[in-house]
Amino acid sequence: MTRFLTAALVSTALSAPAFAVEPAEVVAHYADLAAAKYGDSLITAQALQGAVAALIAAPSDETLTAARDAWKAARAPYQQTEAFRFGNAVVDDWEGRVNSWPLDEGLIDYVAVGSAVNEENAQAGLNVIATPKFTLSGTEVDATTITPELISGTLHEADGIEANVASGYHAIEFLLWGQDLNGTGPGAGARPYTDFAAGDACTGGNCDRRAAYLTAATDLLVSDLTYISDAWAKDGAARALVTADPNAGLLAMLTGMGSLSYGELGGERMKLGLMLNDPEEEQDCFSDNTYNSHYYDGVGIRDVYLGRYTRVDGSEMTGPSLSDLVASKDAAVDSQLKAELDASVDALLAVKTAAEGGLAYDQMLEAGNKEGEALIMGAVDALVTQTASIERAVGALGLSKIDFEGSESLDNPNAVFQ
Amino acid sequence: MQASHYYRPLIVLLALAAPAFGQSLDDRHLPVIPRTEKEAAKVAAILAPPTDFTRLEKFETKPAGAASVRVRDTTDAFSQFSANMPFEDEMNFKLGNALFRKTWVAAPSSTAASDGLGPFYNARACQDCHLKDGRGHTPEGPEDGRVSMFLRLSVPGGASPEGIKDWLATQAEPTYGGQLQDLAAPGHAAEAQMDVAYTETPVTLADGEVVNLRAPTYGVSAPGYGAFADDLQISPRVAPQMIGLGLLEAIPAAAILAQEDPDDANSDGISGRAQIVPSIEFGVPMLGRFGLKAGAPTIKEQSAGAFAGDMGLSTTLHPDPWGDCTTAEAACRTAPHGQEHGVRDGLEVDGESLDLVTFYSRNLGVPERRNADAPQVLQGKALFYSLNCQGCHVPKYVTNRLKDQPEQSFQLIWPFTDLLLHDMGPGLADNRPEGRATGSEWKTPPLWGIGLTAQVSGHSEFLHDGRARSLLEAILWHGGEAQAARDGVAGLPKSDREALIAYLESL
Repeated sequence: MTRFLTAALVSTALSAPAFAVEPAEVVAHYADLAAAKYGDSLITAQALQGAVAALIAAPSDETLTAARDAWKAARAPYQQTEAFRFGNAVVDDWEGRVNSWPLDEGLIDYVAVGSAVNEENAQAGLNVIATPKFTLSGTEVDATTITPELISGTLHEADGIEANVASGYHAIEFLLWGQDLNGTGPGAGARPYTDFAAGDACTGGNCDRRAAYLTAATDLLVSDLTYISDAWAKDGAARALVTADPNAGLLAMLTGMGSLSYGELGGERMKLGLMLNDPEEEQDCFSDNTYNSHYYDGVGIRDVYLGRYTRVDGSEMTGPSLSDLVASKDAAVDSQLKAELDASVDALLAVKTAAEGGLAYDQMLEAGNKEGEALIMGAVDALVTQTASIERAVGALGLSKIDFEGSESLDNPNAVFQ
Repeated sequence: MQASHYYRPLIVLLALAAPAFGQSLDDRHLPVIPRTEKEAAKVAAILAPPTDFTRLEKFETKPAGAASVRVRDTTDAFSQFSANMPFEDEMNFKLGNALFRKTWVAAPSSTAASDGLGPFYNARACQDCHLKDGRGHTPEGPEDGRVSMFLRLSVPGGASPEGIKDWLATQAEPTYGGQLQDLAAPGHAAEAQMDVAYTETPVTLADGEVVNLRAPTYGVSAPGYGAFADDLQISPRVAPQMIGLGLLEAIPAAAILAQEDPDDANSDGISGRAQIVPSIEFGVPMLGRFGLKAGAPTIKEQSAGAFAGDMGLSTTLHPDPWGDCTTAEAACRTAPHGQEHGVRDGLEVDGESLDLVTFYSRNLGVPERRNADAPQVLQGKALFYSLNCQGCHVPKYVTNRLKDQPEQSFQLIWPFTDLLLHDMGPGLADNRPEGRATGSEWKTPPLWGIGLTAQVSGHSEFLHDGRARSLLEAILWHGGEAQAARDGVAGLPKSDREALIAYLESL
């Protein structure tokens, strides 16, 4: 059902009256959007893989900067997929591998003195890059060769501690930028390219193992994104789950929008940092790219509702949307939600603009920074506001998270007592 | 079923002759909407015990009712929020989760909102003991950290709270307080270290199979602040799992108290007594529900107790910033703390943060049952009932109907506990009374989610101190009031025993 259109055609399509759409068409297009977004995430991660290889082959300021730029480029499509979390079981079971945070980065590499003290996380200062052999949970680990399997199977969440993040975007981010030791002051991580240099030029020690870790972590990201892209392809498991029962698919769409808006982005990623005035609560804390990650989360939420996506090659996808469906049931809910989704994207854009103008996200978290607080709370409030309308959209479509006793046949195994 | 004989101190036997005064205990911690007569009849009907063990009971596969969560096949299985949670509550859950995994640091530090740890502590973060929201574990070796396990301390004597009968007076150890903290902020000596050693003892079952039980002995070494009292009482505790707590909190107190049988009037060998504790928040005696001896009446009080005892952090309910430090540990009391007047309620953990952690702890979802209708599992369920395991591990309840608390309101739940205290015999006794619980009594722990322990926690250690390395070992440790049920299991043919374990694994 997905239509690839030129910009001119899009404006024509949007000005045409809304077609009556079927839930099955909406969820099929949603799956197409997922396939495209995860596909773009994979394409940009492969570009990152190439940039990392170039960095390791010839470490320099230029190749390090190119790798950092490739990482930032890879974040943009990925963050737009986050609205596909919170309801799609295949995504939910997979996501922790690629986007876990915050992390005790001392597990992976050297950190500033005093920043890896945590007696109950024995691995907080493990520094795998400097330690080819170590004991983990009573078991000897041979990490002489750093492989994707070592990272995903042994190191990730070592000892059951969630902060032991060994894989994914943020592990790679740490290896490319290093710790941001500026607190709520200006500046991001400043790892020198010589951390990847050979021989005497090597800084930070164990440059070969650092390069091996970065390569393995990037390869792992690519293979994880391949898995999820396949899951949304024609016969993929994630696509099957939303298309088999279109109403369940619609609910997954709206649940993802609401859960990302309110609890995840508005709450854990934005409000918490202000509550604690803690730059450690900044999501992309090494690169200071947080404003982009938050912005693209917001764009992704809006795009799920509007059934559209701008691919990394610039092409536009549009198709049967939740908006069409909700409008056919309750036009007022639809127009209000669309306006509120625009408002939250605008508020997140204001954060992005301020950050690009020199007020980094971690500086906004500083206690007493009124401008930063207002920017962040403006976005939080907009996200909270739109969630109420998302709930109204759930109601307008007659959907419910729970099958209650009596709502289905008596034998419905999913019904609950009420 | 024959009554078993077990030891109980004389003073308790005398006290038991006095009438329980349970009717004065209420659910003042909850915004309860009283049940209508029609609802009460509906509840009574759905709570009737099963009669047909060849098929599932209605709603049986959803242990937490509408709050039950989809089973994950990862270590995140216990970290999901109640499935029936509205979007607006998800923010509170996420913020609570962030505080739960937050690493606290000693004062003074550059992040004023995160400091105040200790000076003495067992852990820097909630989740460092409650690993993946599951059970803690015993040390893997002599050098392994003891983070998800610690010792409670006391000595006999001291005052008893007003209005609670059968209270067994104990007081904090004069120097070391109520809990042994084995870690300390820079510049302070840690209190002491917990030592544990195990002795393997073979147990032969009726069909000849031999199961080894490991009996622990505990000690303390390297005391940093002088000798311990001669009459020191210690109780080892492993962090319990976090799922379903809000639903346990929402069971009507009357439903729990109705299960009491202190004099074993029905002669089934099981008595069951309510824990009753003074509520710090409400200032009255309340039914104890949380902790291994049910020493806390609400999740908020349990959480505040953990902030104070485990991490040395002050809250509205425990405002002392030095946590469990005694006057004998003067340097700990006078050390820098993480609070100042007028900032964050003048506390290390402000009121909002305690409420968020409480909300989080109330809403960790219970996963749906797995393989519940497999023939072997249903066979195990019939055995569970025939052995009277449900005499203490009471399967189901309907929670109170609650205003503005939809996740826990009027849910049919299957926790498998009566939340009462039972004498578990000398083998499991810690000989350290707590409130009304004697040195050999423990609260029946819930069994929901127990089959996911290995997946979530990477081990299968059970009981209050993790001594059992499998469900079968845990059953074989049961004594006292549970001796008959334990002997019943030991006498089963192997296929029945495996069916019973398969049933437990499906919970």
